[in-house]
Amino acid sequence: MAKDKIRVALTGNPNVGKTTVFNAITGAKQKVGNWPGVTVEKKIGIKEYAGHSLEIVDLPGTYSLTAYSADEIVARDYIIEEKPGIVVQILDSMNLERNLYLSTQLMEMDTKLIFALNMSDLAEKRGDKIDLSMFEKLLGVTLVRTTASEGEGINSLLDAIISKASSDMSSSHKIGYGEEIEDRISILEKIISEDKALVSKYPSRWLSIKLLEGDENAFSKLSSSSIQPVVERFLSGLDLEEYEAEMADKRYEFISKILPQVGNTCVEDVSASDMIDKVITNRYLGIPIFLSLMWGMFELTFTFATPFMELIDMFFAFLAEVIATNLETAWLASLLGDGIVAGAGAVMSFVPNIFILFFLLALLEDSGYLARAAFIMDRLMHSMGIQGKSFIPMLMGFGCTVPAVMATRTLEDEKDRLITMLVTPFMSCGARIPVYVLLAGTFFGRQAGSIIFGLYVLGIIVAILSARLFRTFIFKGTPSSFIMELPPYHRPSPGNSIKYMWNQGSLYLKRVGSVIVGGVVAIWLLAYFPQGVEYGSAESYIGSLGKLIEPLVSPLGFDWKIAISLIFGFVAKEVVIGSLGTLYGTGADEGMLSSVLLADPVFTPAVALGLMVFTLLYVPCIGAVAVIKKESGSWKWMLFSASYSTAVAWILSFVTVKIGNIIFV
Amino acid sequence: MSALMPLTMLSEGNGCRVKEIRAGQNLKRRLVEMGFTPSSPIRLIGCERGRLLVNVNGVRYALGRGMAMKIIVEPDSFEGAGLG
Repeated sequence: MAKDKIRVALTGNPNVGKTTVFNAITGAKQKVGNWPGVTVEKKIGIKEYAGHSLEIVDLPGTYSLTAYSADEIVARDYIIEEKPGIVVQILDSMNLERNLYLSTQLMEMDTKLIFALNMSDLAEKRGDKIDLSMFEKLLGVTLVRTTASEGEGINSLLDAIISKASSDMSSSHKIGYGEEIEDRISILEKIISEDKALVSKYPSRWLSIKLLEGDENAFSKLSSSSIQPVVERFLSGLDLEEYEAEMADKRYEFISKILPQVGNTCVEDVSASDMIDKVITNRYLGIPIFLSLMWGMFELTFTFATPFMELIDMFFAFLAEVIATNLETAWLASLLGDGIVAGAGAVMSFVPNIFILFFLLALLEDSGYLARAAFIMDRLMHSMGIQGKSFIPMLMGFGCTVPAVMATRTLEDEKDRLITMLVTPFMSCGARIPVYVLLAGTFFGRQAGSIIFGLYVLGIIVAILSARLFRTFIFKGTPSSFIMELPPYHRPSPGNSIKYMWNQGSLYLKRVGSVIVGGVVAIWLLAYFPQGVEYGSAESYIGSLGKLIEPLVSPLGFDWKIAISLIFGFVAKEVVIGSLGTLYGTGADEGMLSSVLLADPVFTPAVALGLMVFTLLYVPCIGAVAVIKKESGSWKWMLFSASYSTAVAWILSFVTVKIGNIIFV
Repeated sequence: MSALMPLTMLSEGNGCRVKEIRAGQNLKRRLVEMGFTPSSPIRLIGCERGRLLVNVNGVRYALGRGMAMKIIVEPDSFEGAGLG
């Protein structure tokens, strides 16, 4: 029964017992030499088994099949150029996850693949359970259990080799690398298919993958091919380094998906100091811990801030009354009372919110937790097209957009940074709270809390979807591969946190001092003149301006007063309420403004909701726009941010009003 | 048989030293800046959410495996004699 010689290649990570398996199979019949051109040992053994002649080649032990070392190139070239009949990977059952990385690469090489699960006795002793048939099914590869040191399983391995050699089943298991990379792979496969000689020699998917990884050894295989310049031109426009990292991540993702289905493996002990990280970043506990901390943070912010807010409101109401009773000159009283005090009051009233939020954020940052939060969020954020670190600026955006945009500096990658900068304004900042409080309180009574919560969620959703959109159409590519420092945990120092709170908070106060008060005075001037008209009426300058732009927002059910308020909301979003107060002639007195709004037929609950959605999403305030210009270094992105957000606001509030009209009849 | 391996292949709890970084100029510079300089000690704390938690020169990092594949290290105690 003269049969063809079956050539078998043994491969595997170093120290998995590959040499033991080789010795157990071949006994003393070995030839030792060198691989041509390199000083890597080449061992070949012959085994006669069941009427077949097996030539066993012991490939160098490697962790992967990239082209970084001579060992890897030798192992890879043997498999891809010499095309052995069977490739056997020896796996260390104690370290499956690490070993399977090489497997994922072998599986792409169109070979007849057998896995020998070596040292499985030790793994079982440790308590691991491995489900062989499940393993075979998921990987599409033949599996054999061996304990080479005892000579166990060697015959089953040989049987498997012989039956596999006579079958036509080669491993063609595919790992999905995600849409973008898969697109590139199919383009390359198409280019490669032009060269028939190349296709017959190398699996085209494998070659495409290697080319995308920037593998020079693979590229050199094209040197005599006519398609080389085409491939070169195609690759030159791509960031291969990022692809390589992304593809490695995907292989590990694949492994971590199948491992839990294959069996349970025991986790080694960790030292006590690392336990905190193990718990906080744990795949089950991480997110719940994170969410409850965030919830607690907002709860504390609002609970602590409320009494301060009330005090500030009382103070400004008192001030307004003093002015009204003591100033004889009508225009001056109006400027101070209706303009400055009302405007500044609206703004100052939630300074406590911002200070407390920044204080709590600083405590979390100082303790080292915030970096872990970014780590926990990374996977979710990654799938949305941004990275975990973007999460910190976005979180700060709940306080004030200005410092949040400045905080994007921590992102090294320019694309990641721009995307984060563009979506951060959608996170509902403190300035929008007074608008929600007034409108939701007036029109939705007991549901006000849920409405406000819903607006926060809407902001987050819009931010995430926009990030996805920008990543797909403007900043093509994947978020940069992940590395971030996890600073040591320590007891946060209240002193530091207060300092941080003061720095961030005073940034905000400076805006109040200059831009916002200036804006309020501008509204007052436009509403008071021309001389003699009723304050804030349709005949005033502001009225004419409002009438002019009314058609733009009338599809949303907004009238000229709302239009004007929104324009002045550009100064600062809280000014929306201040100017509504001014235009309805009630000042900042919320109770009065509420009843006037309820009486106005323009203000239906649907319109109120639409106005809240619009306020949440439309162009961020002048301070934020200015900081986006400064941080992105370009007018282009500033203008883009302003027009994109306004367009989104218009569309979503249009939808809101239309749906609202159906619901609240 | 060399004892070098990518950082991803290190066993949990084990230590190693950075031998080289196989990456382009940008990434290499970034990693060096973060302390992944030749012969700095690394300890693998663990692996969560597809990320490695490592301690480099006493500083803790979380890094993606794609990136960790590019950091070539020499384990402190090489388990068993490496005969391939």
